[in-house]
Amino acid sequence: MRLLTRASSKELADSAADPGPNPRDDKAANSLGREAWRRIIHNPLAVVGGVIIIVFVLVAIFAPWLAPYDPRANTWFDQIRPTSIPGPSSEHWFGLDAGGRDELSRIIYGARASLMIGVLSLTIGAIVGGIIGLIAGAFGGWIDGLVMRITDIMLAVPGLLLALSVAAVIGQSQTAIIIAVAVPNVPLFARLLRGSMLGERQKDYVTSAYSVGVSRRVLVRRHILPNSVAPMLVQGSLALSTAVIDAAIDAAALSFLGLGSADPGVPEWGRMLTDTTRLLNVAPHLAFFPGMAILITALGFNLFGEAAREALDPKLRR
Amino acid sequence: MIRFIVRRLLLLIPILFGISILLFIWVRALPGGPATALLGERSNPERIAEINKTYGFDKPLLTQYFTYMSKVIRLDFGQSIQLRRDVSDEIFRRFPATVELAGAAMIFAVGIGVPLGFMSAKRERTVFDYGSVAATLIGVSIPVFFLAQILKYVFSLQFSLLPSTRRLDVKIDLEKVTNLNLVDSLLAWNGAAFWDSIRHLILPAIALGTIPLAIIARITRASVLETLNDDYVRTARAKGLRTSTVNRVHVLRNSLLPIVTVIGLQTGLLLSGAVLTETVFAWDGMGSLIGNAVIGKDYPVIQGGVMFLAVVFVLVNLFVDVMYAVIDPRIRVS
Repeated sequence: MRLLTRASSKELADSAADPGPNPRDDKAANSLGREAWRRIIHNPLAVVGGVIIIVFVLVAIFAPWLAPYDPRANTWFDQIRPTSIPGPSSEHWFGLDAGGRDELSRIIYGARASLMIGVLSLTIGAIVGGIIGLIAGAFGGWIDGLVMRITDIMLAVPGLLLALSVAAVIGQSQTAIIIAVAVPNVPLFARLLRGSMLGERQKDYVTSAYSVGVSRRVLVRRHILPNSVAPMLVQGSLALSTAVIDAAIDAAALSFLGLGSADPGVPEWGRMLTDTTRLLNVAPHLAFFPGMAILITALGFNLFGEAAREALDPKLRR
Repeated sequence: MIRFIVRRLLLLIPILFGISILLFIWVRALPGGPATALLGERSNPERIAEINKTYGFDKPLLTQYFTYMSKVIRLDFGQSIQLRRDVSDEIFRRFPATVELAGAAMIFAVGIGVPLGFMSAKRERTVFDYGSVAATLIGVSIPVFFLAQILKYVFSLQFSLLPSTRRLDVKIDLEKVTNLNLVDSLLAWNGAAFWDSIRHLILPAIALGTIPLAIIARITRASVLETLNDDYVRTARAKGLRTSTVNRVHVLRNSLLPIVTVIGLQTGLLLSGAVLTETVFAWDGMGSLIGNAVIGKDYPVIQGGVMFLAVVFVLVNLFVDVMYAVIDPRIRVS
């Protein structure tokens, strides 16, 4: 199950039962980290993935300096005909888009949107899910049961539908996409944290702390929680890849279904891909470049995430 | 076993209640009501009030909910506002289309994914293995939407090899009995319709099946690799069993559990509506039904459709759990 990159939330949540590295044991954590790092840099696939990720992040940050033109300037609109849109040329490496804008510049700026949506939505999902999981894990009993049934329901509703409705409720904006990508992450993190907290509660040190009269609040805050966060952080950093991919895919889906970002001038890969559906016969390059951008970025995250998962898995250390 | 199944089915009731409440609030939180969406440009307050009255949207929320639920218990999901047809009829018409597409996609995914993963594990660290790992990684990275467009462009627009929209050619007349085109054309003994249905299925099924294929192949590879290292496999080989016997009886059977899990999960996901694939290929399934309903604020369709899909999802997961017991006798005991 560990090799699954775009794991369904349920599986990821279930793997929470794996006790992660013990963060208190600094020496062990250090050597695990160093060992994992050594394994990653010796894995050619991981290096390729890492390079793709670094390039992606750099492009996102330095977009204004890298882009040859303003991504919103429709300077070349006079060259656009309903039956022909100029493809790649020496002046415009990726050709022009349907609005007479430079496609390469739009792809470069598009990296920003994908990275931002991915990071923000993951953070929101992790925080909200973490709080819910903490409540379930700390109280147990009927509160735990109730919270877990609610996450069951959230998992039973298809993610895209959830995204659709969020976008429909709060209107067409980038915020809608961020929330839409964040929401499916909530039950995932909630189950992850709750799972490892329940596992931790069974341990001897908790029983002994409880038996010497440590209050429940201190027990949860000082003992159980710090020992339960590690697996969530590990999984969380791996889930970033999924979040960035989902950001592009959900944005694509939403704009395809007419609920995308309100401002079509803002370049965003998913939207660029879907907006050209009707032009597929006229200008296939308009589908090709954003599609490849998403594919390569996703591939980079998957290659690296895969290697990291293997490197951090104590079962595979031989 | 029976007790386990019954208990799981009973658990459906609270889940459905929860979903129904959430859905009820959620659809009403969508901006603009069904009346506005229906009337569009022609909307004015009187006509909106009129439509709301017809469908009972002017009553207090709690009353609306109880009226709705008392009908749902009798399996009456009300009438679609946009399509003016019974929601249950619409689901009956659309769900088979989704089943057909999901089934074809899963046949593609399992038929290629399991052998690919298996061979990849058997030839670990060879060119074949690296190639298949790379291919499956690309498979999980490719956006469905992009793949659908490439397929459509290459096979339909450029070379006109396969149809890329709808489920059947408009010129072909087929009596709808089960709404599964393949079954219907067999019932009518209509070879042309059967062949045409298959041709229409190919592109959407490949588009939809590629991600599950990649995931299944990866899980199969990982699971088989783990099993290959087990002692009993070495023992089986050592006592001189034929490789094919070892593979079939010892390796594949013991690797099956995670593979079945992932197949089940993926089937559930596919059945619960492939909005994008269905929209790209104009496939009249559940995904496009609900997607359009959200845009048109068609409350009864969203509520009925999502609840129906949730039941399907839970049932598929239950089926997977039952399959565990069939595959692994140890689970039956505990």
